[in-house]
Amino acid sequence: MEKFTKVTGVAAPLMRQNVDTDLIIRIERLVSNTGRKGLGPYCFEQIRFKPDGSENPDCVFNQAPYRDSPIILSAENFGCGSSREGAVWALAGMGVKAVIAPYYGDIFYNNCFQNGLLPVMLPIADVEQLADEMRASPGNARITVDLENCQVVSPTGRVIPFKIDARRQHALLAGLDDIAQTMSHKDEIAAWQASDKTGRPWVWL
Amino acid sequence: MAKTLFDKIWDSHVISDLGNGFVLLHIDRLLLHDLSGARALQEAVEKGYAPAQPRLVYGTPDHAISTAPGRTEKTFPPGEPLIRNMRAATAKYGIRLFDLGQDGNGIVHIIGPELALTLPGTTLICGDSHTCTHGGMGALAFGVGSSELVHALATQTMVQRKPKRFRVHFEGTIPEGVTPKDMILHLIGDVGTAAGTGHAVEYAGSAIRSLPVEGRLTICNLSIEMGARTGMVAPDHITFDYLAGRDFAPKEAMWDKAVAHWRTLPSDPDAEFDREHTIDMSKVAPQITWGTSPEHVIAVDKPIPDPTTGPEDKRAAWTAALHYQGLEPGKPIEGTKVDWVFIGSCTNSRISDLRAAAAVAKGRHKADHVTAWIVPGSERVKREAEAEGLDKVFREAGFEWREPGCSMCIASNGERVPPGQRSVSTSNRNFVGRQGPGARTHLASPAMAAAAAIKGAIADVRKL
Ligand code: SF4
Repeated sequence: MEKFTKVTGVAAPLMRQNVDTDLIIRIERLVSNTGRKGLGPYCFEQIRFKPDGSENPDCVFNQAPYRDSPIILSAENFGCGSSREGAVWALAGMGVKAVIAPYYGDIFYNNCFQNGLLPVMLPIADVEQLADEMRASPGNARITVDLENCQVVSPTGRVIPFKIDARRQHALLAGLDDIAQTMSHKDEIAAWQASDKTGRPWVWL
Repeated sequence: MAKTLFDKIWDSHVISDLGNGFVLLHIDRLLLHDLSGARALQEAVEKGYAPAQPRLVYGTPDHAISTAPGRTEKTFPPGEPLIRNMRAATAKYGIRLFDLGQDGNGIVHIIGPELALTLPGTTLICGDSHTCTHGGMGALAFGVGSSELVHALATQTMVQRKPKRFRVHFEGTIPEGVTPKDMILHLIGDVGTAAGTGHAVEYAGSAIRSLPVEGRLTICNLSIEMGARTGMVAPDHITFDYLAGRDFAPKEAMWDKAVAHWRTLPSDPDAEFDREHTIDMSKVAPQITWGTSPEHVIAVDKPIPDPTTGPEDKRAAWTAALHYQGLEPGKPIEGTKVDWVFIGSCTNSRISDLRAAAAVAKGRHKADHVTAWIVPGSERVKREAEAEGLDKVFREAGFEWREPGCSMCIASNGERVPPGQRSVSTSNRNFVGRQGPGARTHLASPAMAAAAAIKGAIADVRKL
């Protein structure tokens, strides 16, 4: 799995609630695209492009300082809705390394850690202040997201700590592979299954 | 210690405590569909892992297939390679596939309960967020992303953090014209789309106990729309009667043994929940969504909300939603002209849903300007409906009778509501563009959807 340690860069303020995974990547793109790569150009296409295919200048991702931002700032419930991991692949394909929002859809949140993308949780007031600082100094403002020290550094140098599960932090820093880790429990899995076959034989078809 | 239904299933499936609140959980059933399933299988194999327990894995194509009458896998060409890969991969590893046109095929969340692949007390996952549907059987069911699905195929386990527990009581008699869909939409309107985030929800109370299994499945289906990855209803005699004799249900002595176990599953009377919420059923009316989130929902006889009087933190979202939907605040929602009606999806495409819609359509005719589709949830639902003559009722009322699949719920098979057109849909998501770019979706029950087709506008089914 991809590692994540630290990223410094421009953060695009997409300050809306309930950014769902249908909005991040349309399902048709996942029908015709068979891999994890190549989804970047379609990320947020419904807001990035007009129906005629031209760029929508109102969309933050089309505005000069925010093109190619490695960080997205957003409001409550980012990544809600469909379980499609393609949403994370599309964000990664667009060059996004971290998202900062108050909280996330549970499945999306899990999917991020499988792909080296860091979803940081901060209270809405902090995210809004970060967005204001970004807008106050377009082109110059930078944010740092530091997973080792669990902190965000704002464009004006304020240090904002965030919380994350120790297990997830460790896995992301080391780029650990989940399946390989679980395989080290092979014997325990086999023992559990053997005992379950006597306890609940009807489950074992 | 007193335990909840959730705790009992969770605790008995813990293989190992991984520390920091995470556990390794055994997964009893894996369901694969044509979009996420075959691909996950392929990825597992590429990583050097064959499916650990192929007999506990089942597949069905549903997302990227046409639902046009007489369809084959070629009718929607972009889906054809997916279904071909699925056939090859499942055959290679001895995974049972319910293929197009076969008995057992259908939307993954319809066929699990229907075939009794989903059993009380089991853990089940699928690469689909509406996997929470299966909780209506008293199972612990999670929607997962591709990587977690690959992990489960390779190991038959999942690494999970224990969620908090949230119990919702629906108390009282279900009023006339109100269906399970209205109950769950009402709840989401009440608590919002994030209330369940980080929680496992148990639906309880007298109204839930009185519901048939199919209604409980509809309620659990929308758990993810309030942020909960899993929702469940305690199994009881209604569950057991539903399961008895179904294809993969235990038989004879094994059945008795299973039922004895299932009877131990309901939450202990003194079990504690992190959060409780009660809905008074006398306050629940037929619901219709007006915006672009399932929490944007009102009783059909109420006016369209006005963002300027709404909660401050929602004003911008409400304004944007009304703009997208082309609606004016303060006006009645009833009477809003409708172009499309879609009755289908894993929320509302079971036989009871089709019966409810047919009861409204019978002896009436859809409005001329409306296109109305009935998409049964499975091959079996379709056959049962045809045996009862429901297809005839719908055809006579001017509705199209189609093949099973996800269809216009997600529009990944090219079946779309055209841009700017308005649809009343029995599915579960009214997100921007969900039914096609620019499509305007209103979620409602099957009876309400049928009423909208007849009237050509959003209508109150109680007045028909
Ligand atoms: S019917 Fe809709 S919600 Fe259900 S599985 Fe299919 S696409 Fe998903």
